[in-house]
Amino acid sequence: MEPVKINDLNICVATENGSGSASSNNILFKAIFKMGIPCSSKNMFPSNIQGLPTWYQIRASAEGYYARKDVIDVMVMFNDATAAQDIHRVRDGGVILYDSTTLLPTHLKRDGVQYLGIPANKLVQELVPASPLRTKQRNMLYVGALAYLFGIDMAVIEEVLHDTFGKKPAVIESNLVCIEAGYKSMKENGLAQTIARLAPIPNGNKGKIVTEGNTACALGAIYGGATMISWYPITPSSSLAESMEYYLPRLRKMKDGKNSYAIVQAEDEIAAAGMVVGAGWTGARAMTSTSGPGLSLMNEMIGLAYFAEIPCVFFIIQRGGPSTGLPTRTQQADIQLAYYSSHGDTRHILLFPHDMNSCFDLARRSFDFAERFQTPVFVMSDLDLGMNLWSSDPLKLNAEPFDRGKLLTAEQLEQWEKQGKKFRRYFDYDGDGIPYRTVPGNPNRKAAYFTRGSGHDADARYSEDEKDYKETLDRLRRKFETARKYVPKPIVEMTEGVRTGVICFGSSYEPTRDARERLRVLGLKTNHLLLRALPLTDESKKFLAAHDVIYLVEQNRDGQMAAIFKEEWPELAAKIRSVCIYDGLPATAGEITRQIRAYETQATTGAEEWREKKLIASI
Amino acid sequence: MAGEKANRIHLTEKDYQGAPSTMCKGCGHDAISASIIRAFFESGIDPRKVVKLSGIGCSSKTPAYFLSPSFGFNAVHGRMSAVATGANLGNHTLISVGVSGDGDTSAIGLGNFCHMMRRNVNITYVIENNGVYGLTKGQFSATADKGTVMKGGKVNDMPAIDLAELAITMGATYVARSFSGDRKQLAPLIQGAAAHNGCAILDIISPCVTFNNHEGSTKSLKYAKEHLDPIHDLDFIPYFENIEVDYEEGTDTQVELHDGSHIILHKLRRDYDPRDQMQALQALHSAIAEGKFLTGLIYYDPTRPEFTAEINLPENPLSQLGQDILQPPAELLDQINAQLMK
Repeated sequence: MEPVKINDLNICVATENGSGSASSNNILFKAIFKMGIPCSSKNMFPSNIQGLPTWYQIRASAEGYYARKDVIDVMVMFNDATAAQDIHRVRDGGVILYDSTTLLPTHLKRDGVQYLGIPANKLVQELVPASPLRTKQRNMLYVGALAYLFGIDMAVIEEVLHDTFGKKPAVIESNLVCIEAGYKSMKENGLAQTIARLAPIPNGNKGKIVTEGNTACALGAIYGGATMISWYPITPSSSLAESMEYYLPRLRKMKDGKNSYAIVQAEDEIAAAGMVVGAGWTGARAMTSTSGPGLSLMNEMIGLAYFAEIPCVFFIIQRGGPSTGLPTRTQQADIQLAYYSSHGDTRHILLFPHDMNSCFDLARRSFDFAERFQTPVFVMSDLDLGMNLWSSDPLKLNAEPFDRGKLLTAEQLEQWEKQGKKFRRYFDYDGDGIPYRTVPGNPNRKAAYFTRGSGHDADARYSEDEKDYKETLDRLRRKFETARKYVPKPIVEMTEGVRTGVICFGSSYEPTRDARERLRVLGLKTNHLLLRALPLTDESKKFLAAHDVIYLVEQNRDGQMAAIFKEEWPELAAKIRSVCIYDGLPATAGEITRQIRAYETQATTGAEEWREKKLIASI
Repeated sequence: MAGEKANRIHLTEKDYQGAPSTMCKGCGHDAISASIIRAFFESGIDPRKVVKLSGIGCSSKTPAYFLSPSFGFNAVHGRMSAVATGANLGNHTLISVGVSGDGDTSAIGLGNFCHMMRRNVNITYVIENNGVYGLTKGQFSATADKGTVMKGGKVNDMPAIDLAELAITMGATYVARSFSGDRKQLAPLIQGAAAHNGCAILDIISPCVTFNNHEGSTKSLKYAKEHLDPIHDLDFIPYFENIEVDYEEGTDTQVELHDGSHIILHKLRRDYDPRDQMQALQALHSAIAEGKFLTGLIYYDPTRPEFTAEINLPENPLSQLGQDILQPPAELLDQINAQLMK
């Protein structure tokens, strides 16, 4: 028999969406968190309101790995519609918790797992009067059952109930009754398991917060001085704007009761982008948040902002595409769409947060980059970062001054005039490609200029002259080159003598970190580069040059980031091997490890591959 | 030609001019630009406090041809209403003048146009309506009347969208129609629109002399002139002038604007109160049925707050707020962190 693992457990809860499982899962997750155990949750939900299957995975990891794990120890089989598949999702030797009100049908039986039954339907009928609430309360039963089976303290659960429903004692009470009933049912029937136990870690999560990337980005944007926010509802980005709607009145009311912000739900993403461009033009820190289809619609506006040189920020919370794709699943598949957004020669600054604090920090700084470079800036998040709960150190504010870039006030223009210097909106005074900017309302008589997306010369005059046009395009490219010196540098982890490098970005960071440890155990040492921005910088080139092989992990089919690397440094392109994950689920260490191992061992037979899979899975 | 007379802020009409126009000779749009110049000069508005915005098309080029001292923004096709909304939110202390065409407004930009009106964005939105796409060389627009004939003989088989009617329905609070050639009527209407705090829509019939000025077109110069149906003659009295001028009890209606200016409507052949929405819609419907262009101040609602007042923006523009106001103290972040620990 395998030894009992302490605080190393992967639970998957299968329910129907709209059945209230969001509450029960949240309580379960928060309780494990409050025990001090490092843990993460991944919500795999359908694009639907009620009745379709949904899975929620909670990983407790004493070692502190937060990525989704593909090896499931415990399956809470509470959805008949998926039960036949769910029994096979759990690993050999794992546990299945099922509703034993009726006899388990033969087709839901399999060898090698332990079945534990809880008469959930029966209990909920006894405990909860017939009402729409009854189905929801049924889900509380598995919370209690798991608490008993794995050792979650009921006092902690009560604490979580109070934190969650503080002002509603009746709700706390009705939920608690069901949770206790689930606990008792296991106890009285003498049910037990021996695979794992959850044991409290004193001060384990002390000082840690639990939040979502969309909240962290929203707070970062607020602290970065976002004043005009226009957005259109689209999963998985809506909760970013909604989080701003929640926090702005709490953080940004002025002394006289006025709002230091405008937040507008637009009629479509084109309008949202249009408002952002209009507001950015006047000097306001303007932003929108959207996902794949919205970004497609915004493309024309992005080109306008690029060519007319208007600061603005786009938060892109990526999901499964193309088309409507998988709106409630995660991907990193809009990298190229964002990087090259709009027709013509365009390239943009992209920022890649990989955890809660970088969501907060890069969101805040995105406005500085936008104003410094007078251009659209993209904060590239995804559903996994944006909507899943992440345990994190508290959000930390670096209160450095806003960088407004080369923004000229009326007084500065007056100084220019005294020095005999003429204001030319699109003239490259400093050789860095970044011109000086004035904004409407500047009372200086020389301040006004005419902004347009059509051809213009250095004085902002309409021009179809070939020389003017080429000069503008070249200067914009020069500006982009200047950005390389400013964008956040990658975080590099290097050990002398290691010849294999791994590159990843964004939400691929956690599973990659996990996978590198697995690879190390398997005998493959790797160095690591966490990419935090585009354009690429010298650090990435050096990293490529310093290794024989580079594995570039990304969550899309075509290796979109790898293509950007290869285009940038064709002489180093042959070193790059793409590790691509694109099933719409948050990437796992198991899959990254499997792909890298497959590259390393090249000619594996089917049997070997199978054994390898098992080996990786067992780690 | 612009005179040498100075206005209240010591500027002459010349100071309100723009770059030389590149419109076709005789284009209605140039006449509208001239009326805009006249209106802003007469109202004594500082051009540095004006922003000019437009979409794409012939008409959208024209903001370069008036008010040179103002910031201008020639955006993308159909989206000026959205860009102007954003600009207005960024700095609501500036007077926004938008110029668009019937293709820009009634086709590609119709949705955004409607929502700008629904929000009552504070703007003077001028539609230079000629029923045709000029810059792409003569295709029907969505304001072309059913049965109107294109130069090559093609007949339009879709009904026209009436932008004034749409504006009233969608929530615009100042709706007027005029004719490019009628500066006497148009200039005061523009002055009124600029003085109005809210969404002012000016649907101006502006014949395209190159692509839509032939026999069989219902937007030709000749056809337009023959079918104009003015509701009233009107005068604009700016807030800094004496209101007694020109006002006749009984035959005149006086409309007070937000800044204290007045529009005096001199009755022609019917009683008409532009504050009566049902009457306005009825009058428009009858005019459409009779194939006429109802002109004048068709609808006016002084009661509805404009967008930035509705959403409680401060006196100073958002674009001018500093970090001291925009960045909350770190202690508040600590409090949020504490909440997120629960």
